[in-house]
Amino acid sequence: MHRRTLLALALFTGLTAPSMALAADDTIKIGLLATFEGPFTVLGEDGERGAMTAVAETNGTVAGKKIEIVKGSSDASPDSAVRAARKLVEQDGVKVLVGPLSGDEGLAVKDYAKTKPDVTFINGTSAAQDTTLRNPAENFFRFSTDGAQWMAGLGTYAFNDKGYKKVATVAEDYSFPYTQVFGFMAEFCKAGGHVPSKSWVPIGNKDFSSVIAAIPEDVDAIYVALGGADAVNFLTQYQQAGGSAPLIGGSITVDQTVLTSKGKLKDVLKGTPSAGPTADTNDAPAWKTFVDAYEKQPGAFPSPSLFAHGYYVNMKATLLALDQVGGDVSDGGKKLREALSKLSFDTPTGKVSLDKNRNAVADIFLTEVTEGSDGTLLNKLVKVVPQVNQTLGIPEDEFMKLGAVNRDNPSCP
Amino acid sequence: MSLTTVADGAVPQQNWLDKIGAGHVILAVALVLYPLVASDFFLTQIAGYSMIFGVLALSLMLLAGYGGMLSLAQITVAGIAAYAVAILGSNNSNVLGFGWPWWTVVPFAVAAAAVSSALIGWISVRTEGIYTLMITLAIATATFYFAQQNYAIFNGHSGYAGIHAPVFWGIDWRNPKPFYYLCLGLAALSYAAVLYGSRSTFGMTLQAIRDNPRRMRALGYHVTAHKVFAWFLAGILAGLAGVLLVWFNGRVSPGTIGVDVAIDILIIAVIGGLRHPIGPFVGAIVVILMQTFAIDIVGAERFNTLIGLVLLAIVFVSPDGILGLWGRIKPHLAQGSLRAGP
Repeated sequence: MHRRTLLALALFTGLTAPSMALAADDTIKIGLLATFEGPFTVLGEDGERGAMTAVAETNGTVAGKKIEIVKGSSDASPDSAVRAARKLVEQDGVKVLVGPLSGDEGLAVKDYAKTKPDVTFINGTSAAQDTTLRNPAENFFRFSTDGAQWMAGLGTYAFNDKGYKKVATVAEDYSFPYTQVFGFMAEFCKAGGHVPSKSWVPIGNKDFSSVIAAIPEDVDAIYVALGGADAVNFLTQYQQAGGSAPLIGGSITVDQTVLTSKGKLKDVLKGTPSAGPTADTNDAPAWKTFVDAYEKQPGAFPSPSLFAHGYYVNMKATLLALDQVGGDVSDGGKKLREALSKLSFDTPTGKVSLDKNRNAVADIFLTEVTEGSDGTLLNKLVKVVPQVNQTLGIPEDEFMKLGAVNRDNPSCP
Repeated sequence: MSLTTVADGAVPQQNWLDKIGAGHVILAVALVLYPLVASDFFLTQIAGYSMIFGVLALSLMLLAGYGGMLSLAQITVAGIAAYAVAILGSNNSNVLGFGWPWWTVVPFAVAAAAVSSALIGWISVRTEGIYTLMITLAIATATFYFAQQNYAIFNGHSGYAGIHAPVFWGIDWRNPKPFYYLCLGLAALSYAAVLYGSRSTFGMTLQAIRDNPRRMRALGYHVTAHKVFAWFLAGILAGLAGVLLVWFNGRVSPGTIGVDVAIDILIIAVIGGLRHPIGPFVGAIVVILMQTFAIDIVGAERFNTLIGLVLLAIVFVSPDGILGLWGRIKPHLAQGSLRAGP
């Protein structure tokens, strides 16, 4: 009796913890949502480095106010992303949130954004098409481009310059790789290429033998859109199985997290064409300045991954817009969102502006993997595709007719 | 099963307070009044969420504490109910979604969960201890991968989104206060049911089977049937929690029923203590608070380490979890007043 009474009291006092500590007038809170746990931890940490690079550039202040970064962690699952976003918004009271990192998370956070109209959400690196293309949220902005835009120029390059007529695809089974495959095939099929087989594998797959067996013998190349450990596992097993078809890389298949992996992959990866929002050998002064600033962050890669770049660009845009409105979000962020919508600025990778769905129009880089002078692998810049918009230059009504991305769309067997 | 028989009327009339227990009354009043002091975040994301996971861990405590059957498949059972709500009700993923009203969806979802739970039980009751754990882990893992790769029913990796809690009596039940009371109602009902059930004939029989199945079999009890029925009851609890979970998240995907979540529930039950139905709720509150706020204490790089260390410390100090810890502290508190000096 007595024991339970005390237990109840203890519980009760524990639960009436202080709610909502409001930020003081001289600080501004910005939520930072990334994957600090689960299979994408390495990517999330690099995303954080990118965001912190942007904060460091302004010496941690914006419009005379001190920036306070409140971090939230997800494990790349939509549930956890929404839970982390809720904590940042409802408990920590952030009015501005930068994130999330992964495709399905972005779709979920966009849905959540609709229920919090006075909070401003700026994407991290999530790149699913429908986060902004269909049913967008008025208060969700994406200054990083989507996965289909990242593929701009690759399909044409593979067909015309590399001479690949038939390509099989291997990609992870969720919204971001669907978007990547869509972006590649939109151009490749238009140029006259064929994709006889598409394989979709679950995230974190270890055994690719059945996938490798299903790839037709007579393809000219394999388009691989896998990330991190999945890419390393597939490429290793494909090589061991005696596969010899050349590769075409998705944006995160040949990024630094994969290129720096130890092993025999070097020979397989060399010469792989890819496309994405960044290129390692970009020698534009703005990019070089960004790389130098990024290197100052603890634990930095030899070259910033596209996650560092995406979070940097989105955080930079946030800070620029906040500066324009004097750090004032007391009006439910209305002024801030106007500033964001009109914002156009020079990033390390060229000019970025937003379309009517608040999705970025930006330069995309066509690259090829080469060996640097010190033996490390780099994405050499082949050419820049200027100012790619979300409909890949196709008129909007025509583009919408292509339908939503999924496992079966597009198709050109 | 008490063998002492007492003549009718010889039972001293207990007053209702003694029957329920003063602690329960105070706890109930505190929880009912909690929304007066708590923010919306604490109402849903901490209290509501803890109660949902508390009920899930309670369904495990029912099996493990009274039946001696350790299961890792409780989240799978809850997931079946959650997916059933998404499939039979309405969602915005353009897959299935029959649009049934909530009052038909919920009984179907809970029944599906309870029957699945009984099936899982029927498969695993012939094993003991670690083997039960392995079989249920295998079932949980298989279900997770099946859900992730099946598009016709489970909609693959994305799962279902846009699932709304019902609106009736003019109240949107996903608003913080109504949702909190909904969770509180379910938690209180489940808690009372398990407490009552543990003292019922069935509950006593189950505990006797746990302690000595061979003896019970010799006495003429159908051991397997009792165990499977316990799984069925646990399935009802887990199914109800699953319905609330899908209303809470507004979505369900394979990530909801992952192996990590299954292990979380086991941790919650063990941390809280398996000796009394209040244990899972205590464990849920501790674990959810840790998972929510650890990142603020130690930053993004090490917060999972901190969670692990705290949970390890609790189990190290008290193998019975927090309830056992309380049992150890209490004698010291009682003697404190008798001791002289500082």
